[in-house]
Amino acid sequence: MSELDQALQTFFVESRELLEAMEESLLTLESEPDDKEAIGAIFRAAHTIKGSGGLFGLNGIVAFTHVVENVLDRVRSDEIPVNGDLIALLLSCRDHIGMLVEQVAADASAEPDNETLATGVMLLNQLKSYQTATKETAPAVSKTNVKAESQVMTTLPSGGKVESGHWHISLRFGRDVLRNGMDPLAFIRYLDNLGEIVHVAMLPDAMPFPPDMDPESCYLGFEIDFHGDNVDKATIEGVFEFVREDCSIRILPPHSRIEEYIQFINDLPENKIALGELLVNCGSLTRKELEEALHLQEKLRVESDQEASPMLGDILVKQGVVQPELIEAALGKQKVAKENKVQESKLIRIQAEKLDQLINLVGEMVIAGAATSLLAQRTRDPALTESTSTLSRLVEEIRDSALQLRMVQIGETFSRFNRVVRDVSKEIGKEIGLSIGGAETELDKSVVEKIGDPLMHLVRNSMDHGIEKADVRVKRGKPAKGTVHLNAYHESSSIVVEVGDDGGGLNRERILAKALEKGLITANQVLSDKEIYGLIFEAGFSTAEAVTNLSGRGVGMDVVRRNIEALRGTVEIDSREGVGTTVKIRLPLTLAIIDGFLLGVGSASYVVPLDMVMECIELTEAERQLTRENNYINLRGTVLPFIRLREQFREDGKISRRENIVVVHYAGQKAGLVVDELMGEFQTVIKPLGKLFENLKGVSGSTILGSGEVALILDVPALIQRAVNVESRAVL
Amino acid sequence: MTISIATSNGVCHARVTGEMTIYHAAEMKGELLPCFDQCAEVEIDLSEVSEIDTAGFQLLVLAKRVATSAGKKMRLVAHSPAILEVLDLLDMTSYFGDPVVIPRALH
Repeated sequence: MSELDQALQTFFVESRELLEAMEESLLTLESEPDDKEAIGAIFRAAHTIKGSGGLFGLNGIVAFTHVVENVLDRVRSDEIPVNGDLIALLLSCRDHIGMLVEQVAADASAEPDNETLATGVMLLNQLKSYQTATKETAPAVSKTNVKAESQVMTTLPSGGKVESGHWHISLRFGRDVLRNGMDPLAFIRYLDNLGEIVHVAMLPDAMPFPPDMDPESCYLGFEIDFHGDNVDKATIEGVFEFVREDCSIRILPPHSRIEEYIQFINDLPENKIALGELLVNCGSLTRKELEEALHLQEKLRVESDQEASPMLGDILVKQGVVQPELIEAALGKQKVAKENKVQESKLIRIQAEKLDQLINLVGEMVIAGAATSLLAQRTRDPALTESTSTLSRLVEEIRDSALQLRMVQIGETFSRFNRVVRDVSKEIGKEIGLSIGGAETELDKSVVEKIGDPLMHLVRNSMDHGIEKADVRVKRGKPAKGTVHLNAYHESSSIVVEVGDDGGGLNRERILAKALEKGLITANQVLSDKEIYGLIFEAGFSTAEAVTNLSGRGVGMDVVRRNIEALRGTVEIDSREGVGTTVKIRLPLTLAIIDGFLLGVGSASYVVPLDMVMECIELTEAERQLTRENNYINLRGTVLPFIRLREQFREDGKISRRENIVVVHYAGQKAGLVVDELMGEFQTVIKPLGKLFENLKGVSGSTILGSGEVALILDVPALIQRAVNVESRAVL
Repeated sequence: MTISIATSNGVCHARVTGEMTIYHAAEMKGELLPCFDQCAEVEIDLSEVSEIDTAGFQLLVLAKRVATSAGKKMRLVAHSPAILEVLDLLDMTSYFGDPVVIPRALH
């Protein structure tokens, strides 16, 4: 991959992130139209995409984003009020930019297709009404002038600080700057990329008339009024780093004291009054501020003449060199969203492949380590055993931290649903909000990626079928606005993701009737509530009376279940009529390496995830006699159904004299596994089974033992389900 | 860079083609300035300017200053995109005071 290609890939990744941020801020704006932070974030996103797009010559993206940016700029300067229509339009624009980016990402040379072009034209037409009208009426006035004027109109605030929130940069280029191969224009252009040059005034006064004027010398000076978010003095100085020796630069931070401007004016070689005018012209000072400054300057001179005290201005300037108030303001304003952004900048971007490779290597190391431990045990050399045990402890820690690298917070996945809920609620005409809990819950990246689709189905389902129409809700005494709730938390070795709503709940009778009609159950079957609700996950099951384009087509719920099961997860549903429905998805924390518990049955070994093991008890001879017929024992007063793994897997090695029961639990249910031998804890690298064994019940994967033998990893949820079912059927 | 100069009805038409950069600055100054001695009105056609840097821009400023001080008229016409970009960046459109066709928002 060439460097440019890589840079382009980074552009795509960043654009996607920026668009996410833009969407988030737009949605924030919808609830809080005055949120300046959000407006700024949206503008920055568009601005950065435009800027980076320009670097790669992606004209389609740049042209469209430019118009959006213009409108956003006007929003930012309060020329356009924020309302629902504008947000909806901007959201569509965001989607369109996303579309353009994706199309370039798919094929950099391809032109956007007709549909996209049509969307673009339509959006541009809609944007037109928000765009500035000054362009047509006053062709010679560039857009920046308009803003500068509005700046000048503002009144002087108290406290001696100037109104302007812009940086003022004064540049006087040295004579030799051109001969040294520098182009001042290039620096100004670069500055423009960092933020926005609100206004610039050129000073040609130093230029002599023709005979003396050397065209290869530079005579120009510039006064620049610059606006940049997150720009500090060092950044601006950095822009002019290369010409520092050939150029005198003065930088005044936003809201500088008037005294600093006085000092600044004094320091410059040009006529003072003219310079003051210039500052007014480029919007750095208001007229009133200038008058006050000149007045103050006069007063100071008189005072200093009389008392010969040090110039007040000097002290103030010294104080003003640092910008504490800037930092303070920035800190104070920072909201959670902003903090996230700061944290993000501390992150390193690495390719997922590299991480996967690392995890694979760690996996191999775990296996190799197990083999070494085994060999060390055989030699009965205490020193060797000790050193291998230290090694395996370290390997365990490496494994944990490597897996930790892949852990991501689920919050990002959740927050995408803000948009979904907003759009769908508009589409179906119900007022629905989204509440999110447990956003900081972490889970494996590969799981996060795959959980999006099932969640989407569930959220849409909740909105479409779960939540009632507003009038029905009010009649039932509920708030007219429905809520969809997304929540996540850890529970033993799994993560639980909940999608809940406060809607009408599932109709038990209707599900039963439908299931009978479809032949999923028989009329005399007795089912628990949980089982009945679980029926909606069967293929082709939908009780919705009206099929909408969102859901209700009878695909969906079974797809959800299949997707979840592919992740070795389970899904269950809890519902109360009139109160709401909650779908609980339980997923394993990781898909790669787990702490396992090794069991022996006959000549074979099996692994169960250690977190699912509650206890191990011995099956005494008396109990063995008793349980010959039944598959349950009395465990401290409760019934514990169990499965004999020997029977389950048709193991025919010689029957051992002693048997043990391993009590495992999952999702609140317990069951016992009868095994011959307990072999203890074992770090298990999960190797998927081949396609051939995909439909094998009770086994979820395989692993390689230290001895090189293969052990099967038991699918505990399936086994528990089986034990419980067999037992309850026997009881009935 | 080449400058072709034609005079008609007392108006000097200068047409700059190519790069207005430091490499040609001395040459340009030598060719452009005499126009102001010959005519009372100078029109500089910038349609074929492919690139302009600070030196080139500075010469336009010089020409304007010379014209103003000598009480002569100077017009910049048919600005090429490169020129427009610089004028917009430095906000100098009004300094020269020539009508400019605002390009479609494409930069």
